[in-house]
Order: sequence, then structure tokens, then C-alpha cells
Amino acid sequence: MFRKILAVVLLLPALSVLASPEKDFDKFVSYFKDRFPNTPYQDYKNGVYSIDASAREQWEAMEEFPPYELNVDRGEELFNKPFKNGNTYGSCFENGGVGIRQNYPYFDTDRNKVITLEGALNDCRVKNGEKPLSYFKGKELAHVSAYMAYTSRGNVFNVQIPNTEGALNAYEDGKRLYFTKKGQLNFSCADCHVYQTGTKLRADIPSPAIGHPTHFPVYRSGMGRLVTLHERFAGCLNRIRAKSFKGGSDELNNLEFFTTFMSNGLEVNGPGSRK
Amino acid sequence: MKYIVEFLLIIVLVLPSLSHADNIAEGKSLTFDRKKGNCLACHMIDDGELAGNNGPPLLAMKARFPDREVLFQQIWDPTESNPYSFMPPFGKHGALTRTEINKIMDYLYTL
Repeated sequence: MFRKILAVVLLLPALSVLASPEKDFDKFVSYFKDRFPNTPYQDYKNGVYSIDASAREQWEAMEEFPPYELNVDRGEELFNKPFKNGNTYGSCFENGGVGIRQNYPYFDTDRNKVITLEGALNDCRVKNGEKPLSYFKGKELAHVSAYMAYTSRGNVFNVQIPNTEGALNAYEDGKRLYFTKKGQLNFSCADCHVYQTGTKLRADIPSPAIGHPTHFPVYRSGMGRLVTLHERFAGCLNRIRAKSFKGGSDELNNLEFFTTFMSNGLEVNGPGSRK
Repeated sequence: MKYIVEFLLIIVLVLPSLSHADNIAEGKSLTFDRKKGNCLACHMIDDGELAGNNGPPLLAMKARFPDREVLFQQIWDPTESNPYSFMPPFGKHGALTRTEINKIMDYLYTL
């Protein structure tokens, strides 16, 4: 009897650790439900426009003639353009790479790491004898990713966290980065996007944490080009005067893993447009 | 001789207030400068445009911070009194120098 009780007592903390991503998700969703009672969960895929009605009007007007249309076309061309060996990006993906954006990121238990869509695209290139591409400056990687998101619109994110130490560590690592104060200005992601979301920073309203990855890559009118999620993460780190991480680094992969898990149940709506 | 004394007296009396006025003007520009205090990001201040609203408006500073040292500490390192504070530790992290914070305070105490 004593042994049984001891086993249960010892197992309890382990179980609660294993259960934590789901618990975190419930806490997150209920926090935002209290914070923005008028925003339906599905609407968080629209980022800041889910909580800012006046900015939403301008954004919807802009979306009538989507500024990223040419980028999607260009992305499709690049997606179908054969590598030197004759293969295309599609050869590396399920369903020829069409309508699969929602399956990323996922945790690869064999490689013991998080695989993002952009990461898988670069793996595909390397496998076919090509050089991996940069996540920055809105070049080929951003275009192909934008096209793949476009073919997946309406599909629903359902990031799974396998019950393995590696996967839980990757999730915890992403979560830790999200909540850790960093940089000279000492902000965490959560400071702006959880605690202060909906308030004003100068004229800007920090967007809610749920739904961030659904609309990436985004076309930013201010920059006149596409921006990948990892470039956006790096931009944020730069703005808080913190040292950034490289595109495709474990740190940013894990951060994407955490934020996408927190957006489970939302539709893919990339590429998005932002000011 | 008498004139010289008067002249010196005027200088001695007027200079400090002149430099204090300079500090206030400089403090205001440090307060508003996006690369320095950027205090408008979060606080409504005076005639500052496009002010944020997640920090309290900066008003009646003498009444709210009768002790200058308390205000200094709040700007130097607000995480000292509240580790979760949203406000950056401007002094501790070297975003503003001690002199710059003092000039900002000279300005804030006019509000």
C-alpha cells in the first residue's frame, strides 16, 4: 500500500509536467477570453485586427486588392521551378506540397528537433544538391512559403507535441523564450502580447499572442516586401535591443513551436498584409 | 567697483536658474526622444503627440513623487520594486545615464 502511494506521489509531478502544454493552452485561451470578451476565438487569426476595429477597416480595404498577390504568383513559379537535378520542392512534401502549411511546425522525433515549413524547404534544397536559403529580406524562401500558405488557406492548425522528453523540452524552451525578459529594454514577448495587448504603445496596439503564426509570411507595406516569421521574431528582438537568433535556429524554431501550439484550432490565412 | 560687484552678483544669481532652465528643455527632449527615454511610448505627457496609454499619465509629479530619490530609482531600475514591471530599467541597462535621468526629472517635476 505504502509503495503504491509513494509511486503515485512520485508520478504526480511527472504527470503534471507532461500535461502542461494542454494546460497552458487552456490558460492562454481563457486569459484572452477574459481580456477580449467580444473577440471570437477564430478571429485571432487576424492578429491585431481581431481587437482593433478602426485599424481593421483600413486593413480590410487594403485586402480588397491584396498587396501580396504578385508575391504569391512569384512563389508559385519558384515552387514549380526544377532544381538542377530536375526535382521540385513539391517532391519533398506530402500531397506535392499543396495545402499542407497547417502541418508545420512539427516535432521530428527521429531528428529530435522542431521542423518548420521554411526549415523543411531548406532541407529539401540540401537533399537535392542546392544551397539553403536565407530567412531574411523577403527572397525566395519567403515567396515559396507564401505560396504554400496560400494553397492551405482555411486548413486548421493542429500542432501535436509528442509525449517525449525532446518534444516537451523544445516546447518548454520556446515557452521560456516567450516569457523571458530580454534586451536593454527588458521586454519579454509576453510583456507586450499577453500583459499589455490592447493598450497603446505610442500609436500602436500590441497584437494578442494567439494567432501570430497563422498569417505568416506577411507582406509589410512599410517595407514593401514579404517577411518570414523568423525575420519578424528577429525584428522584435532587435527593437527591444536584444541579441537576436539566426533564422532557422533551434531557439526560433522552438519559439515558433510554442506560438503555433498556442494558435491550435485557427485557420491558415497566410500570407497576410500588415502596415 | 560697485558695478563689478553688482554684475558678478547678477551672474551668480541668474546662472543657476538659466542652467536649470536648460536642463528642463534638454530633459524634455530626452523624455520625448524615441532613441532615449521614449517615455511617450507608454505615458501621456504635456503636449507630446501620439502618446501611449499603458503607463499612468505623467502629471502632478511633485505630489506623486515628493522624494526625488524615489522617482530616480523608478527610472533607474523599476524592477527593483516590481520584478514584472513593464517599464525598462533605463539606468541599470545603460539606456540613459545618471545625468540624463536627472535632466528628465528636472523636466518631469515641472508637470
